Amino acid sequence: MKKQVLCLTIGLAVASSAGIAALSVTGAGATFPYPIYSKWFNEYHKLHGDIDINYQSIGSGGGIKNVTDGTVDFGASDGPMNDQQIADYKQKHGFEILHFPTVLGAVVPSYNIPGVTAELNFTPEALAGIYLGKITKWNDPAIADANKGVNLPANDIVVVHRSDGSGTTYCWVDYLSKVSPEWKQKVGVSTSVNWPVGLGGSKNEGVSGLVKQTPNSLGYVELIFAIQNKLPYGKVRNTSGTFVKADLATVTAAASGAAKNMPADFRVSITNAPGKEAYPISTFTWLLVPSQIKDPAKKTAIREFLTWMLGPGQKMATALDYAELPAPVVAQEKKALAKVQ
Amino acid sequence: MSSIPISSKRALPRGRARSFYGRLRAGEELAYAIAATAGASILVITGLILFELYAQSDLSRAKFGWRFLITSVWDPVAGQFGALPFIYGTVVTSILALIIAIPLGLGAAIFLAEMAPARISNALTFLIELLAAVPSVVYGLLGIFILVPFLRDSVVPKIKPALGNLPIFNGPFYGVSVFSASVVLSIMIVPFIISVSREVLLAVARDQREASLALGASQWQTVWRVVLPNASTGIVGSIFLSLARALGETMAVTMVIGNTPQIKASLLAPGYTIAAVIANEFGETSGDLYRSALIQLGLVLFGVTFVINGVARILILTTSGKGAHS
Amino acid sequence: MRQSTLGKKVVNYTMFALTGACVIFAVGVLFFILGYLVYNGGKSLSISFFTQLPAPVGETGGGMANAILGSGKVLLLATAIGIPVGFLGGVYLSEYSQHTSAFVIRYVTDLLNGVPSIVIGIVVYGLVVARMGHYSTFAGGVALGIMMIPISVRSTDEFLHAVPQSLREASLALGAPKWKTIVRVVIPAAMRGIISGTMLDLARVAGETAPLLFTALGNQFWSSGWNAPTATLPVMIYNYATGPYDDWHRQAWAAGFVLLTLVLLINVTARLALSRGTYVPRG
Repeated sequence: MKKQVLCLTIGLAVASSAGIAALSVTGAGATFPYPIYSKWFNEYHKLHGDIDINYQSIGSGGGIKNVTDGTVDFGASDGPMNDQQIADYKQKHGFEILHFPTVLGAVVPSYNIPGVTAELNFTPEALAGIYLGKITKWNDPAIADANKGVNLPANDIVVVHRSDGSGTTYCWVDYLSKVSPEWKQKVGVSTSVNWPVGLGGSKNEGVSGLVKQTPNSLGYVELIFAIQNKLPYGKVRNTSGTFVKADLATVTAAASGAAKNMPADFRVSITNAPGKEAYPISTFTWLLVPSQIKDPAKKTAIREFLTWMLGPGQKMATALDYAELPAPVVAQEKKALAKVQ
Repeated sequence: MSSIPISSKRALPRGRARSFYGRLRAGEELAYAIAATAGASILVITGLILFELYAQSDLSRAKFGWRFLITSVWDPVAGQFGALPFIYGTVVTSILALIIAIPLGLGAAIFLAEMAPARISNALTFLIELLAAVPSVVYGLLGIFILVPFLRDSVVPKIKPALGNLPIFNGPFYGVSVFSASVVLSIMIVPFIISVSREVLLAVARDQREASLALGASQWQTVWRVVLPNASTGIVGSIFLSLARALGETMAVTMVIGNTPQIKASLLAPGYTIAAVIANEFGETSGDLYRSALIQLGLVLFGVTFVINGVARILILTTSGKGAHS
Repeated sequence: MRQSTLGKKVVNYTMFALTGACVIFAVGVLFFILGYLVYNGGKSLSISFFTQLPAPVGETGGGMANAILGSGKVLLLATAIGIPVGFLGGVYLSEYSQHTSAFVIRYVTDLLNGVPSIVIGIVVYGLVVARMGHYSTFAGGVALGIMMIPISVRSTDEFLHAVPQSLREASLALGAPKWKTIVRVVIPAAMRGIISGTMLDLARVAGETAPLLFTALGNQFWSSGWNAPTATLPVMIYNYATGPYDDWHRQAWAAGFVLLTLVLLINVTARLALSRGTYVPRG
C-alpha cells in the first residue's frame, strides 16, 4: 500500500513539474504545410524557449472545425473558409476570423507504377477522367498519348484520395472543377467530397503511405511529401499548353497574378493560373487566426510568431520546397497583423 | 487482518435497531452515502452519454429519420448522409471475422477443456488470454506492415485464379480491404471465444460426460454429442460477445480497411465501418449537420452493440452457472 | 448400433489433432506478434526514444519521451477517476444494494461497458473539450476513466462476493458497525483480487487509442499540467504507422514494442497474483 502511494506521489510530482512556465499555444489543421510548420514551431521554440506552439496535423477540415469550435487557438487550412463558414464563425464568436497566408505549395499527382520510373505527363482531361472513374487503366490513350515512349502497363489504376477533410483535396478538386465541367457538376468543390472512385488515406501522410505501398496507384499529395518519400510525381499541363513540373519557380509563377491583386481577406484561388511557367495546381495555405484573442500572452505570442514567420520564417520555406510568399503579399500581411486584437 | 475493536459505547442495543443518530455517529450513513453516490454516479455518467448521443444527433435525426439506416449516399458537400455503407462494412467484417474465428476458437476451446490435461490447459489458456490484452493499435500496426503485404503478395494471388470468378472474390485487390480487416478482427476475437467457450464447456456437469463414456462413446463422440449440445447456449453467448467486440473495433480496422464508403459484393474491395468513419471524419466535421450525422452513426453503433451484448450476457449467464448475480 | 472401434479411434485422434492444431495456431499467433514486435521494435529502440522529443516532420531521429509521459499522466488521471467510482460502486453492489437497485446498477454498468471506445471519445469531446474550450490531458483522463469504471465495478463486486459470508457475520457479531466490517474485514480479504482486477483494467485502457483522438489530441512538445493537449503512445503509434516516412515506421515499431511490453507485464503480474486461488473475471 505504502509503495503504491509513494509511486503515485512521485508520478504526480513529475507530471506536474514537467513543463513549468511554458506558454502553450495550440493550433491544428492542414497536413499540407505540416513539414514547414513543424520546422517553424521547432525553430521558434529554440528562439523563445518559454513558448510552445503545438501544431497538430489533422487536416484542413479539422482546422476549420476546431477554430470555429474554439478548441484551438488558431487553425490552418489550404482551402480557404467559404462565406458560410466565415458567417458561422462570426455568428458563434461575435468577431471575425482572419486568414494569413504562410507559404505557397503545390499538389502533385504522385504514382507508383512498377517498372515505370519516367516522369509522366498528365493532361487535365486525364486527371479528371481518372478521378471520375472513367479512365481505369494506365495505358489508356488519354494518358499514353501524352507519354509517348513510356511503356505503360495495362494495369488498373488504383486511385487514392483523402478520407478526411482536406485543403489539399480542396486545391485538387478546385483545379478539377476548373478544367472539367463534369467534375464541377457531379462532385463539386469542398474539403470533403463524395469521391466517385478510389481508396481513402488519412492526411497527406496517409495518402503518401498508401501510394508508396500500393502498386499501380495514383494519389494527390503536397509536393514535399512526394519528395521526402521518394515518390515519382508527374508534370501537369497548364493553361498555356506546357507540361510543367511543380517546383519553387513554377509555383511562384502561379501566384504572380494573385500577388498583384490580393484581396483584403487574402482568400484567393490560384489553381489553373495563367502564365507559361505557372504550375496549375498551386495554392496558398493559410493560418486561421481569430481577430480577437482574449489571453494577452497568447495574443502577443501569435502576433510575434506571425511577424517572425513573415521574416526569417520565409527563408526556411524553400529548403522544404514550399515557395515563399511574394513580397507584396508579405507587405500586405504585415499591415493586416494589426487586425489581431 | 486488523483487529476489530469492541467498544461498549457502540455496542448494539439489545434487540433494537440503532437510532439514526446512532448509526450516523457510527459512520454507517456516511459509508452508505459514499457507496450509493458512487453507484448513482455510474447511472448519471451513462445517462449523460446516452443523452449527449441523442441530443447531439438531433439535426441529423430530424432530417433523415429512419431512412438514415438505408440510404447509401455519404456526401458532405451536398449534405446527404446515409449509414448503409458503414453498416454494411461493419456487419460484413464482423461476420466474416466470426466465420474465421469460430471454428478456430471452438476447436481450441474443446481441446483445452476436454482433451488437454489440466495443467497444460491452464498454462495455454493463460497465454491465449494474453492475446486479448494486445492493444488494438498494435494489431493495426501488424496489420499494415505484415498482414496486408502478405495477403497482397502471397495469399490472394494464389486464391484469385481459383476463386476469382466468385462475386465475393472478384475485382482488384489492393491490400487494404474488407478481407484484410476481417482477418485482423478474427485474430482479435479468437481469444474471447476460446476463453469463454472453455469456461462454458468446463461448466457442463461431469456426470453427463461420465454417462456417455460409460455407454462406450469415445472422447470425441462425448464432446460432440453430449458436451457441446449442453454448452451450446453459452457458446453462442461467447460468439455474441465477440461479435459485440468486433463491431466496436476502431483502430485496427481503420488501418487496414481502405476507408472507402461503398457497398461491393467483393470482399477484396476496400470498405468502411461505422467506428472507422467516426474516427476519420469527426475531427473535421465542418457544419453541424455533418457532425450530427456522425453522432447519429455512433448512436446506431451503440444501439447494435447494446442489443448484442445483452443477448450474450443472458446466454452466458444461463449456462456457465455464474448465477451469483441477477 | 455397431460402430467399429477403429473408426471411433481414428476420429478421436483426428479431432484431437485438429483441435490441438487450433490451440497451437492461437498460441503461435501470440508468439508471432511478440516475436515481430521484439525484433522490429527492439532494433529501433534506443535511449533517444525515451528521452527526446519528436523531430520535425521529415527529419530522422527524435523520440517519444513526451508521449510516454503523456500516457502516464492520462492513465494516472483515468485511474483516479475510474477506480474510486468503480470500486465504491462495486462495494455498493456487493454490500449494500437491494435486489432492484443491484439489478439496475449491474444493467447500466453493462451498458456502459458496451459503449464503443470511439463513441466515448466523441461524447467526451462534446461534454468536456467543447465546454472547456481546448483539448487537454484532463479530457483524455476523463474518457479513459469512464472506460475503466465498468470493469472495476464488476471485478470489485465479484471479489467482494467471493469473501465468505461467515467473515462478515463474525465481525458483526463482535459488535463492529457494518462499514467497519466492510473496510477492515471484507475489503482486505478481497484486496489481492481487487488490485489485480485494477491492474488488468489499467492494462486494457493503456492501449486505447480512439478515445484519445478527440480529447488529448497531441503535442510535439512537453505538455504542462493537465489543461494542455498531450502526446500519448497509442496515438503516436497510429499517426506514425499510417504515415509515409520510414523513420516514423521505425519509431512506431519501437513504441508498439514498449506499449505491448508494458501491457503484457501488467497482465502477467496481475493474473499470476490471481491464479493462486481466486477467480478471474472476464474482461
